[in-house]
Amino acid sequence: MPLKINNHPYDLPGDPRVSLLDFIRREAGLTGTKKGCDHGQCGACTVIVNGKRINSCLTLAVMHDGDEVTTIEGLGTPTEPSALQQAFVEHDGYQCGYCTPGQICSATAMLDEIAAGMPSDATDDVSGAPTLTDEEIRERMSGNLCRCGAYPNIVAAIREVAGAAS
Amino acid sequence: MKPFDYLRAEGLDLASQQTAPDGAMAIAGGTNLLDLMKLQVESPDTLVDVNPLSMDQIADEGDGLRIGAQATNTATANHARVRSDYPVLAKAILAGATQQLRNKATTAGNLCQRTRCYYFTNIDQPCNKREPGSGCGAIDGIARLHAVLGTSSECIATYPGDMAVAMTALDAKVEIANGDGNSRTVPVRDFHRLPSDTPHIDNVLEPGEIITGVTLPAPVGGTQLYRKVRERSSYAFALCSVAAIVDMADGRISRADLAFGGLAHKPWHDPRIGELLVGEEPSLALYDKAADLLLEDAQGYGENDFKIPLARRALTATLCEATGVEA
Amino acid sequence: MSAHLKQDQPDDRNVLDSTAQGIIGEPLTRPDGLLKVTGTATYSAEYDIENCLEGVLVTAPFAKGTVTSIDESSVTDMPGVIAVISDQRMTPRAIQGTAGEAPITGVCKVDYWGQPIALVVAETFEEARNAAKHLVIEYDADDDAVFDPQAVEPKPDDDPTRQGDLASAMSDAAHSVDVEYDTEGHASAAMEPHAAIAEWDGDTLTVHASLQMLNYNISELADAMELEESKVRLIARYVGGGFGSKLGISQEIVAGSVAAMELGRPVRVVMSRQQVFQNVMRRSETTQRLRLAVDSEGKLTAFGHEALVSNLPEEDFVEPVLQSSHFLYAGENRLLESKTARIHLMTAGSVRAPGEAVGMPVLEAAMDELANEVGIDPIKLRLNNIPEEHPATGLPFGSHKLAECLKQGAKAFGWDSGPRKPRQNREGEWWIGTGMASAARVHNVGEAKARVTLQPDGTALIETDMTDIGTGTYTILGQIAGEMVGLPQDSVLTELGDTRFPRGPGSGGSWGAASAGSAVFLACEALREEIADKVGQPVDTLTFKDGVVSWDGGSSSLADVAGDEALAKEGHYEPGDIAEDYTAASFGAFFTEVAVNRWTGETRVRRMTGAFGFGRVLNAKTARSQCLGGMVWCIGSALTESLLFDPTDGHLANCDLAEYHVPVNRDVPELEVIMVEERDPVGSPIQAKGVGELGMCGGAGAIGNAIYNACGARLRSFPMTPDKVLAAMPDD
Repeated sequence: MPLKINNHPYDLPGDPRVSLLDFIRREAGLTGTKKGCDHGQCGACTVIVNGKRINSCLTLAVMHDGDEVTTIEGLGTPTEPSALQQAFVEHDGYQCGYCTPGQICSATAMLDEIAAGMPSDATDDVSGAPTLTDEEIRERMSGNLCRCGAYPNIVAAIREVAGAAS
Repeated sequence: MKPFDYLRAEGLDLASQQTAPDGAMAIAGGTNLLDLMKLQVESPDTLVDVNPLSMDQIADEGDGLRIGAQATNTATANHARVRSDYPVLAKAILAGATQQLRNKATTAGNLCQRTRCYYFTNIDQPCNKREPGSGCGAIDGIARLHAVLGTSSECIATYPGDMAVAMTALDAKVEIANGDGNSRTVPVRDFHRLPSDTPHIDNVLEPGEIITGVTLPAPVGGTQLYRKVRERSSYAFALCSVAAIVDMADGRISRADLAFGGLAHKPWHDPRIGELLVGEEPSLALYDKAADLLLEDAQGYGENDFKIPLARRALTATLCEATGVEA
Repeated sequence: MSAHLKQDQPDDRNVLDSTAQGIIGEPLTRPDGLLKVTGTATYSAEYDIENCLEGVLVTAPFAKGTVTSIDESSVTDMPGVIAVISDQRMTPRAIQGTAGEAPITGVCKVDYWGQPIALVVAETFEEARNAAKHLVIEYDADDDAVFDPQAVEPKPDDDPTRQGDLASAMSDAAHSVDVEYDTEGHASAAMEPHAAIAEWDGDTLTVHASLQMLNYNISELADAMELEESKVRLIARYVGGGFGSKLGISQEIVAGSVAAMELGRPVRVVMSRQQVFQNVMRRSETTQRLRLAVDSEGKLTAFGHEALVSNLPEEDFVEPVLQSSHFLYAGENRLLESKTARIHLMTAGSVRAPGEAVGMPVLEAAMDELANEVGIDPIKLRLNNIPEEHPATGLPFGSHKLAECLKQGAKAFGWDSGPRKPRQNREGEWWIGTGMASAARVHNVGEAKARVTLQPDGTALIETDMTDIGTGTYTILGQIAGEMVGLPQDSVLTELGDTRFPRGPGSGGSWGAASAGSAVFLACEALREEIADKVGQPVDTLTFKDGVVSWDGGSSSLADVAGDEALAKEGHYEPGDIAEDYTAASFGAFFTEVAVNRWTGETRVRRMTGAFGFGRVLNAKTARSQCLGGMVWCIGSALTESLLFDPTDGHLANCDLAEYHVPVNRDVPELEVIMVEERDPVGSPIQAKGVGELGMCGGAGAIGNAIYNACGARLRSFPMTPDKVLAAMPDD
């Protein structure tokens, strides 16, 4: 089965060394997914695979036979942005923009995780359902570094969309 | 990253045979292995993708719980029974890494993850763990992350994980298949080794052995805590961590299972601490004695000397929190 | 046609306050925002260029010595490998900001661990990365490299400031402090790694590169490649953060250019994250001594600030630790002196807010110690000592908002000006405390050119080689032009980051907005004059709004005025002699509350308020973001960021984002930013000053002061990691 990126099928690469990140950027030409560290230490490469957010740098493309990958380009376009994409613009949830696609992919999946009741390190009682406090947003978004320091604006953007959703 | 043959596992025994030779490795989540392969710290010539084995179930086993080797950290931490019956495990997993990493990282991979020692991950530096006989750069170098318990003159690396620290406190068991249809069970407490003069061997897995799952004993209740001391408030390895399962009866401690991360080449468990605590009334003086036991053979290497008083304080804080001692 | 201004005089016309469009300063969203959030803004390494090869740098595994041979045959037979490039034109070090030349070339002489010595070029990234790990080199390593700045005799930097008699003033004073602090090295750690794609068409070298200052970079690259500048083109439309690390060209750009010219194919070179850490500019560690004394009125009588920093031999850059100490506070007996130790760690250079980033926190921590010694509110101590003029040069300030920032910030934060004692508040196992600090940052401007064209359709086009490194250049230049010629934001298109455009100062030293903004302003003034000519009305009677120019009794759309021909004007701004008559600087104040864990020494910032005066606010949204970013850097430099160099061989141990701890989202609480209304006629013709760095100039000191107030641990070492906090924390 081919690998699907934003619903478009791709044949797997011949060289098994190709990371999913490099495959997305180079073979699929979708450069919205960023390489910030290539070692799972920054989150800029975050994409959503079969509904779960992962670091695309730390997985091989050949291991994603039949998987459904959603990248930032699959979430919205400049003319039809997603609610989170629009909120990031309104709240200035970025500066240089390099970590931004990863932030938004991460936030998109994160809202689903909250809806599914998944706990985090900021959840006082892991046996119960979490509530979406700012501290929960901050912890759940801590896998996405932003060196420009847009964190407060990122939290505000997510808070707005989460509030609208709930 | 060196070229390698990529194989998809077709059955456990075959995968076991395929990963047995020198130079062959299994890959599941890949979050640690690919990191190291990019740095050429690991350079397998055959990579066996064990994901097709689908060993990711989490299921009741007797009164306990069996967590498949390939259950992701997320699946484990989010499992209803883990959250209610083994909260120390959920908390420990959630204190580690990030959601993105936990979504890929697996039980077996997490147990087998390698040290984050700066010298181990830099192939232009000496490291007895990576290249036996090359020396240890950390002992006279940057040893901030490093071990104070169970070290050797060859290696002062730490096991970096959180999950296994909670599993150590829980006295979980690792199930290991060996490829001829046989399997063995090893307590998590005995799974990792101390470095001694063979620091390149992290754990007791033999070539070709594959972890198939981890079993948790019947729930023990009590107050379950995981305290992780770190420089950043998230996304950082522990300077020191404490997993604690503590229960009280009639004003006295009736259970005290503790394990420590960030201090040694393995999750640290000292049975004498539980023996000291059980049956006693909680007090700061008692916890000081527990810390004395924990740290009686501790040795700092300059940069990490701080871990010795830090471990004492983290232990005391955790026990105070668990037993309601005001300090 | 161009409009030229060399600013010798203050400009207090405040033209932008009398215009009609009403968008200047407004918190408009960024015109590039939708591209950034949808992944369609293209960064340097992302251009899809046919036939492009991939290059990976090979670095030296020793700190000092000579590469004696590179065995190309060790990799040339490997799959996909095209070439090994090790050429004397390659630069071993990243080049300092505004160098404008390639001062050091030749990679065989090695001066720091991890220095690039070769480039392996292959068909694919995977092939190049693997081959680079297998390249066999031979070298002679010297054994005399020194890595400890304390172990060599440092040399004094420029002339020290000596006024009066510091020693006597200290001994005669009612109260004094004499303290030594140290700060660890920092990395810029911009999220986009340094990257370049070089193309050579046989005549012109075109490079897409992640750079902050194209105007200087083109000279540096042309010099390194021995080409005329007219044969070089640099493009940097989007830059994934710079923070000083992309001021000058770095090693991958020259290596890629050499490879492209030799091989006749485009070559992409992206540094690995580890290479970025090991190669591109550390902020020097510092050791600083503060001697401060006050009289019984709380007026400073002695002000001594001395610093020891380090750099490689031959580097001109010195971390300007004392930069704002020269003018922030009064005190007639003064000693300010800086020394540099020459050691063999990687190049020390600009990292966001060079100088003040480490000088201000230490000064402000020492001020806190002094306030504590005197028993005076720390805000009052500062208010007592704001000088009327530059204490050494006697030059007046064009504008000075420190007092307002202190007062407005304190009010917003809810600062308790009562007596201060440590360990007054505990919540569970956390000690809670507050701290404050002043902010100060020198104001810089640079020569800038920009072209503004009124198009036949009545919209405007701005062109300049200025960069937007996240700072908001696209946004603010469009706002200035829209305000001046009367167009809404979406009728102004801004094109940046291409040396084919009129050239400017680039982004760095917080000078971009005031400089490039002034060039746009001047171009628009000229456009307004020409429009006035065309409609036959005096320019000062015209109103420009929403694409229409109107006057008493008439109006015309800008499209009609333009007719069939675009009207283009170039603005040319030059800093003038004004710096000989005035002092210009941005000021501010930080207030913060922290929690310190009584068991573990972990510190978490619970809230922080920053009040800043930096002249005219060009866009309240992007300026606020700049302040927020600076405050986040305060948290990092206060608590976690530290470059750890191995004492034996000088390699950078924590050369990645796992172990060099930039703040994560959870480290950052809600941050409050107050932008104090200001027009500085000395700052620029648009009355704006720099803001990109101000937000991190002192705030780490506020955090340190709050740690003391919380738990009684007075640390004199940044960052204040748990181990240091515990060591300094008094017993319960």
